[in-house]
Amino acid sequence: MNSLADQLLVLVMLINLIMLGSSRLIFSIRAVAAQGVILGILPGLIHPFSLHLTGITASVILAKGIIIPYLISDAVHKAHIRREVEPFIGYVPTLFLGAVFTALAFVFAEKLPLAPEHKELLFVPASIATLLTGFLILTTRRKAISQVIGYLVLENGIFVFGLLLTEAMPFMVEAGALLDLLVGIFVMGIVINQISQEFSSLDTSRLRALKEE
Amino acid sequence: MLVLVASSIGWYALFCLLGGTLGGIYQLDWPMPFGPALFAVDPLSALFLFPLFLVSGCVALYSLSYWPAAERSDSARLTLFVGVFTAAMVLVLLVRNGVLFLMAWELMALAAYFLLTTEQHNREAQKAGTIYLLATHSGTMALFALFSLLHRVTGSFLLPAPHSLSTSVTLEAVILVTALIGFGGKAGLMPLHFWLPGAHANAPSHVSAMMSGLMLKMGVYGILRTVLLFVDLPGWFGWLLLVLGGWSALNGIALAAGQRDLKRLLACSSIENIGIIFIGIGMALVGLQTGAQVLFICGFFGAFLHIVNHGLFKSVLFLGSGVVLHSSGTREMDRMGGLAKRMPVTAALFLVASLAICGLPPLNGFVGELFLYLGALYDGIASPLPVLALVAPLLALVGGMAAITFVKAYGTIFLGTARSTVAEHRHAADGPMVGPMLLLAVCCLAIGLAPLLLVRMVAPVVRFYSGADVNLADLGGLQIPLMPLTALNLLLLALIVVLAVCYRLRLHGLPKAASATWGCAYQAPSPRIQYTGTSFSEMMVNLVGYVAAPQRLKPVLAGFFPARTATFSYRPVELLLDRVLTPLFSWIGLAFSYMRRLQHGQLHIYVLYVFATLFVLMIWAH
Amino acid sequence: MIDIIIHCTVALLLPPLLLGVITKTKAAFAGRIGAPLLQSYYDIFKLFRKGSVFSTTTTWVFRAGPLVTLAATVTAALLVPLGRHNAPLSFDGDMVLFAYLFGLGRFFTTAAALDTGSSFEGMGAAREVTFSCLAEPTLFIALITLARMSGSLRLSTILTYPSPGLWLATGASMLLLVAALFIILLAENCRIPFDDPTTHLELTMIHEVMVLDHSGPAFGVILYSAALKLLVLGAVFVNVALPVSTGDSLEDWGLFVVAMLALAVGIGVVESVMARLRLLRIPQLLVGATILSAFGMLLVLR
Repeated sequence: MNSLADQLLVLVMLINLIMLGSSRLIFSIRAVAAQGVILGILPGLIHPFSLHLTGITASVILAKGIIIPYLISDAVHKAHIRREVEPFIGYVPTLFLGAVFTALAFVFAEKLPLAPEHKELLFVPASIATLLTGFLILTTRRKAISQVIGYLVLENGIFVFGLLLTEAMPFMVEAGALLDLLVGIFVMGIVINQISQEFSSLDTSRLRALKEE
Repeated sequence: MLVLVASSIGWYALFCLLGGTLGGIYQLDWPMPFGPALFAVDPLSALFLFPLFLVSGCVALYSLSYWPAAERSDSARLTLFVGVFTAAMVLVLLVRNGVLFLMAWELMALAAYFLLTTEQHNREAQKAGTIYLLATHSGTMALFALFSLLHRVTGSFLLPAPHSLSTSVTLEAVILVTALIGFGGKAGLMPLHFWLPGAHANAPSHVSAMMSGLMLKMGVYGILRTVLLFVDLPGWFGWLLLVLGGWSALNGIALAAGQRDLKRLLACSSIENIGIIFIGIGMALVGLQTGAQVLFICGFFGAFLHIVNHGLFKSVLFLGSGVVLHSSGTREMDRMGGLAKRMPVTAALFLVASLAICGLPPLNGFVGELFLYLGALYDGIASPLPVLALVAPLLALVGGMAAITFVKAYGTIFLGTARSTVAEHRHAADGPMVGPMLLLAVCCLAIGLAPLLLVRMVAPVVRFYSGADVNLADLGGLQIPLMPLTALNLLLLALIVVLAVCYRLRLHGLPKAASATWGCAYQAPSPRIQYTGTSFSEMMVNLVGYVAAPQRLKPVLAGFFPARTATFSYRPVELLLDRVLTPLFSWIGLAFSYMRRLQHGQLHIYVLYVFATLFVLMIWAH
Repeated sequence: MIDIIIHCTVALLLPPLLLGVITKTKAAFAGRIGAPLLQSYYDIFKLFRKGSVFSTTTTWVFRAGPLVTLAATVTAALLVPLGRHNAPLSFDGDMVLFAYLFGLGRFFTTAAALDTGSSFEGMGAAREVTFSCLAEPTLFIALITLARMSGSLRLSTILTYPSPGLWLATGASMLLLVAALFIILLAENCRIPFDDPTTHLELTMIHEVMVLDHSGPAFGVILYSAALKLLVLGAVFVNVALPVSTGDSLEDWGLFVVAMLALAVGIGVVESVMARLRLLRIPQLLVGATILSAFGMLLVLR
């Protein structure tokens, strides 16, 4: 089972890289959804079956794989944008940076004082790599929607780390985090609509115009 | 007078050839007390002397027809300084005394300066000369520090015997870093390479050949000599050399790919090759540090072979560029084209050297790189954390970019048709200049086909460093494939010959027609629609824009029939020099302009300065 | 000895069939009957009997281009193991020579293209050198990773080492390597999505546009070397992707031929369902392949 979990984690990291290299927003959203579904399956592979576990799996797949992507793609359709046009750093350099960060994540994971049973698996490097990818997307992309996607990837990274602790993680905390995220997405969706109406573009760097002179 | 000059060139050539045979004989130490001076030939200097004598001899022969004394008024000066330059380099390799070394070093640097400003009235040459002078003297400053530090450690200016110096960690680090700055700047290691493209481009071609093929190697020699002095080296030094080498190799070739000026392109590719040499040295030092014998052997063999090889093929390329320059009258590749038809021998020799510099079999460039690859691959399977294995993909990338650069150079200069009337109207022929080039190119092919010859020659140098015999047949389970390489290279050549003969025979029986190149149904093709070198490399240059960063000035087009003045211009930019150093120096110049007020030409105030200084010193002393 | 003879026979005779299978697959996808499987052989033979037209712009480099490329590819074919059989020639570090022989061929192909002075051919040559330059590091990273698994530096050992057991043990990294190798295979052989070998729009092509001016026997040689290159790089891919062995030498040869034909069908399927990428996306995909292989290496190192 564990080797299967490892393969899925490799897939998670690949999705990170795909997201860094793609310019189509819809494609990125689907990739995030796929990542969410994989994350939903993962707990079932490493922990013994329980009701708690089923709840987590179902809620994660529902939230990360279906509801949130649906909301974002809805926003995309409403705002009439299809691709991220001018990222601050080009696609190939970000892809390269993402690869470097992934490698660094492995190095960090080696250094961390982990329980031996966690050391063998890819969970820690995968979570750090996903976190860093999220940061990379957040910092290099211009469009508000790309930033939401970056935020989601970031959250996925945290979730992977949390997987190691599912037994200890109270259900409420997890549910609370998901709820936060959901509310966040709602707010973002509304804000995005407002920005696009106000500036007729979703370029967040234009928000500087709101600064007091 | 003119006869005298001509004979002096001939004498110089003889001297060099004679020196070549002498250098071959003396393999043993030859200490000659000369006051405090000490001269010696050891394997390390012999390694550098071999290409030195070979190339400078060829260069001298070449210059007889390239810079004929009868036609050029400045040839006396050129001849003199070529002689001084060569002699100074020989001296640098032979002296074992710090002070004398610095003198020889400075002599070499100054001779190079005068050589490169041969065309005094050319503003570009002047500017390049000034930058070169600044760079070389900053480097010499570091060398002054280096030799004073060595003096402090040993108490004498004589260089200590190999593997004898051991000192505190800090002092060792300082010595190594000063050596790296002083010698690395001379070698053109990035980021101290900024003087190099301008200097090589503006010197007469045979001088460029000597500067690139030989003088840069003096920097490498200096570092190898310094490294040799220590009993044990700190681990970081090897890694530092490796990183700097990798950086130079990648960025050097990226710079080269974007050039339009043939000689600048060759100069930038020198940076790349120096980078490859330093990758080898770094690999060897890392191997020495970690006790990995294979890395040590492969690294040093790779570096040493590449030192000799680069001297050979880069000289052919620069000498070839001289011939091209002579016949086309321009250094800009995008204005040339079709020269292969009028100078087939030069074209063929340039092709051989281009293949060699891309590291392609069956030529000598491949042999040196093969050793580096083997070291990297061995590290890939043997070491627990194979960071060095990344050298292999790096070299592959560099090799690919070298192929872009040299296909571009060869294709735009020699193939197709002439792109401008400049290139067309000058009369062009191979001339007697191809003789020396032919000799060097044959050496390239010989080393490529029978690498064992050169490996035998280099082995004593590696032994000099390791202190033990090297058995290439069995290196910890790794066999260096020299014999298979020879066999396969011969097989490849045989295949090519057989195919060529078959093709010829086949063509005889078939109808043959000659027509214009198919223009995809375009009826009025002109030479100007050919792909230019700039467009050829543009895709790659855009991908590595962070270093090559060419400046594109696009015309502003207005109306349906824009004015004729709207032209597009493309200029490769040297990032460090144009964006950092030049602004920095002009800023410093401004900042110090108030100092000029001290220079007003009134004698008594000058005396006052002297007095004030004396006074301050006296007070300070107490 | 028998193996060497079979190696040479397969390497020399099989390549054009692969082209035929690819065309047939594409025809099947398009609902056509398509050219016969042996069409490439007919083409090559016909070209050998045709006269040549030489542009007046060209020099001997133009004539040497196809010949040197063929010689280099044949030499490379002697270094690569086909199926579970060792290559006729093998020594430590032969993969470096293997990669550089293709480099030699490429140098001459592109030089010959520039020799015609045609802007289209120059364009194709520029693309060819740029893309292969980006593809090369991936090949080396993949080979180093496999070398590390097998602990050898010989292509014959490295490429015959993968086994079903290895796949089960390190599935993720093997999958990444195979994906990277497949991308390289398509890129180096100028197949869709990198290049469209059947298009007649000169501006969009890479390989075909470089050889526009070649004719007669020289063009036959070019067709044949392209097919041979497909076989050689395909063998590298098949050896890693389908590491099965029956234990019997002759059966293994049969298996290899079937695997190669299956690969040809696979390429045909990819060509049928995909469109050519925009030119600017190609470097991205190649860098992506490098990252895939580096990632695979990282997983092996852990």
